[in-house]
Amino acid sequence: MNFQDLVFELKRYWARQGCLIQEPYDVEVGAGTMCPETFLRVLGPQPYRVAYVQPSRRPADGRYGDNPNRLYKHMQLQVILKPAPDDVVELYLKSLEAIGIDLKRHDLKLEEDNWEAPTLGAWGIGWQVMLDGLEITQFTYFQQCGGLELAVVPAELTYGLERIAAFLQDVDSVYDLRWNDQWSYRAVRFQEELQFSRYNFEKADVAGLRATLDLYEAECRRLLEDGAAPLAAYDQVLKCSHLFNLLDSRGAISVTERAAVIARVRALAVGVAQAWVKQP
Amino acid sequence: MKARDFLLEVGVEEIPDRMIGAALEDSRRLFLEVFPGIEVETHATPRRLVLAVRQIPVKEPDRREVVTGPPVSAGENAAAGFARKMGVEVGQLKRAKTPKGEYYSYKRKVKGRRTPDVLSENLPKIILGIAWPKAMTWAGGSGPRFIRPIRWLVALYGGKVVPFEIAGVKSDRYSYGHRRLAAERRIRVADFESLREGLRRNFVLLDREERRRRILETAQPARVRPNEALLDALINLTEYPTAIAGRFDSEFLSLPEEVLVTVMQHHQKYFSVEDEAGRLAPQFVAVMNIDADPDGAVRHGHERVLRARFNDARFFWETDQKRPLAARVDDLRQVSFHAKLGSYYEKTQRNMERVKQLGGSAAAVRAAELAKCDLTTELVKEFTELEGVVGGLYARAQGEPEAVWGAIYDHHEPVPRTVEGQIVALADRLDTLEGFFRLGLMPTGSKDPFALRRAAFGVVRILVEGRHAFAIPPELREFVLERARHYFREVRGHRYDEVNAVLAAGWDSLTDAADRLEAVSQVRPTDNFEPLAASFKRIRNILRQANWDSDAAAQPDDLEPGPERELYDAAQNVSQRTRGVGYREALEGIASLRPRVDLFFDKVLVMSPDEHLRRNRLAFLSQMLREFSTIAEFSEIVIPGES
Repeated sequence: MNFQDLVFELKRYWARQGCLIQEPYDVEVGAGTMCPETFLRVLGPQPYRVAYVQPSRRPADGRYGDNPNRLYKHMQLQVILKPAPDDVVELYLKSLEAIGIDLKRHDLKLEEDNWEAPTLGAWGIGWQVMLDGLEITQFTYFQQCGGLELAVVPAELTYGLERIAAFLQDVDSVYDLRWNDQWSYRAVRFQEELQFSRYNFEKADVAGLRATLDLYEAECRRLLEDGAAPLAAYDQVLKCSHLFNLLDSRGAISVTERAAVIARVRALAVGVAQAWVKQP
Repeated sequence: MKARDFLLEVGVEEIPDRMIGAALEDSRRLFLEVFPGIEVETHATPRRLVLAVRQIPVKEPDRREVVTGPPVSAGENAAAGFARKMGVEVGQLKRAKTPKGEYYSYKRKVKGRRTPDVLSENLPKIILGIAWPKAMTWAGGSGPRFIRPIRWLVALYGGKVVPFEIAGVKSDRYSYGHRRLAAERRIRVADFESLREGLRRNFVLLDREERRRRILETAQPARVRPNEALLDALINLTEYPTAIAGRFDSEFLSLPEEVLVTVMQHHQKYFSVEDEAGRLAPQFVAVMNIDADPDGAVRHGHERVLRARFNDARFFWETDQKRPLAARVDDLRQVSFHAKLGSYYEKTQRNMERVKQLGGSAAAVRAAELAKCDLTTELVKEFTELEGVVGGLYARAQGEPEAVWGAIYDHHEPVPRTVEGQIVALADRLDTLEGFFRLGLMPTGSKDPFALRRAAFGVVRILVEGRHAFAIPPELREFVLERARHYFREVRGHRYDEVNAVLAAGWDSLTDAADRLEAVSQVRPTDNFEPLAASFKRIRNILRQANWDSDAAAQPDDLEPGPERELYDAAQNVSQRTRGVGYREALEGIASLRPRVDLFFDKVLVMSPDEHLRRNRLAFLSQMLREFSTIAEFSEIVIPGES
């Protein structure tokens, strides 16, 4: 199964389970969880089911395209089921069968792995799903988000698409994946990994990044005070978070500064969460 | 009374393996609080906690219960009201005298409740009373908290369902087999045997011993390196375990074994395998949660994952070497030790200074300088459990002498193997302890976020087992003393009164205290020891009652001839004979004084009316006590039968 078919099958499967199929969010994020479709939708009592692919950028994980398993940007398929149905684990297992994994012939274990995102004031309880020793999914029952206890507990499934595709295609390097029948993952993405690694580690203008971070932070504060557009305020939070990651990969964040910047971003995220639940 | 068996199965989504044992203990304890003295058998897999209880009587025994009513002083109306409540006449009430005055009371008969009712009422409390390290809610904020969502409940008393409900799940008689291999959609259960057999038909081995045997048997014939903790985890991670052997490319054997084994055991939960000569073999054993791997697909998958992990490790190993440890000392400024205690660079400087103060060699100072540098390596960022070890391996690869790399390698071990390692570890732990104590962040109760108890315990072990005579800094003495007591009692197995006796005699050097303790333990069973300890205690009491706190020397010539003078001479003799001998002989010498001490107390009145005689006698006893209490404070020895 090629990479894009894997995505199609998973989306189709979750569409059948009543999920709205969203498109990737168009602001840089470190994980699918950070998209408003997760971060904001899990707040409040409203039931929601959504699935989307989210390219997730982690500047410090870049390896100039050298490492067969580590990427600056990888693709997550993110599923939110709110509230988590009683048979959520079975639904998840069936999604693996839907992409052709015979679970009677493969070893699957749910191993304790609780998830926490300090910059988002979010944490949950769950597992990493291990398939023949490979971590393919993070499975989380959200408990708190934006510093708020969740009245309705959602299940979040985060599939690591490259890893699953490498498993299905039995290749050792993500770059050898078939994206479709003509194109390899290397052909599609290698330059991006290489060039963004250069940018993230060497070229990014630290002073410019810092100034931009301050600008976005100020904009977020202004929007939070104004209160009319929490969604727009949240975009500024995502910008801040990504700029922080860039500064970090440039080695520009000192020990003492690190905790302080995380606290700044977290305060913004908590502010947005509060504004979001307050809106009529 | 008739009695019936009870069965409880709590069906849960996958419980973290490390928590299962404690949860079973907890549930047993909670159950016994409601049904004391009953025989409870517990079982678990990742997806179920099971209590199999033998023979609970069908109802509680009837009992009588005294109900205290209003005070007599409250008058007749109150008495009538109380009688009405009890369903009797006022005349049938009794009066009871209490320290608070006289009260009406009535002894009423309470009928024992039916066991199913007691179970219905208590099962939710028992189940939800299990304490978990990190619980969750799944039914919303007001719902119950448990380790993972509860999905089914089997509760059968004498084969009948005991009704109760938790978060919308009603108790019933249906269980569920293996998530992927179960043949039946659900399993109808009548009792524990039918549960166990039903589960077996559906690929769940309920008995952990059976799962253990199956892992060990299916792992044959690979020469698996034993790892009990890993085996335990795998037993708790599987319902139907089957071991399979896989291989990796032998070229990875050029990486340090420590790294390979960590990847296999800690990250992948594989057993490592050795060849006939006991060397690490390019193989591993994984444990699946299914019955077989007929086409090798699972083995192939595990081999692929391990190859990727080893490739990563090799990449880190090679990249890290491009920048030697010595060049990384400055990078430690970027690694925070604690916000108020500065960076690891500052800690390193302090550690080096302290190693010098402790008389460490140049190699030890060098080791302290490089010991923390591995915190900046990719390999330690990836394998944090190899902190120290990785630094040692890099130091060796970069040509540091063995005294240096060995000390770095070992310095996180409880007791490093070399003197250099011990001194570096000691300096590091003392610095940590002093730093956090200065900030007032010492452990309280069960909270010890900076693992200071472990650090202090490590200090004790290094001092004693490495035979170092360093004194503990004054501000840490009390804290370390507590760990030392624990160490001597729990690790060395000494009796608590011996530990008290020896430590009360001083412990400027813990290794010396350990030697004295060893001697006391050896001499204690001899005939004279405990009686002499009793006599020393008597001397101490006499001195206390006489308010004697002088350390004036006795005038030998003024001692009375006979038992007193003889004791004095014998004591002088022992004191001279035991000078410079081992603690054991010294103690035996002191113990040999016992007949003379007994005779002295038999014949001599200490508190003589003659003041000069009395004072001289007290001075003599005090002097003897002081002189012979340097090994142990004998009065701390607890003698059986003594009140």
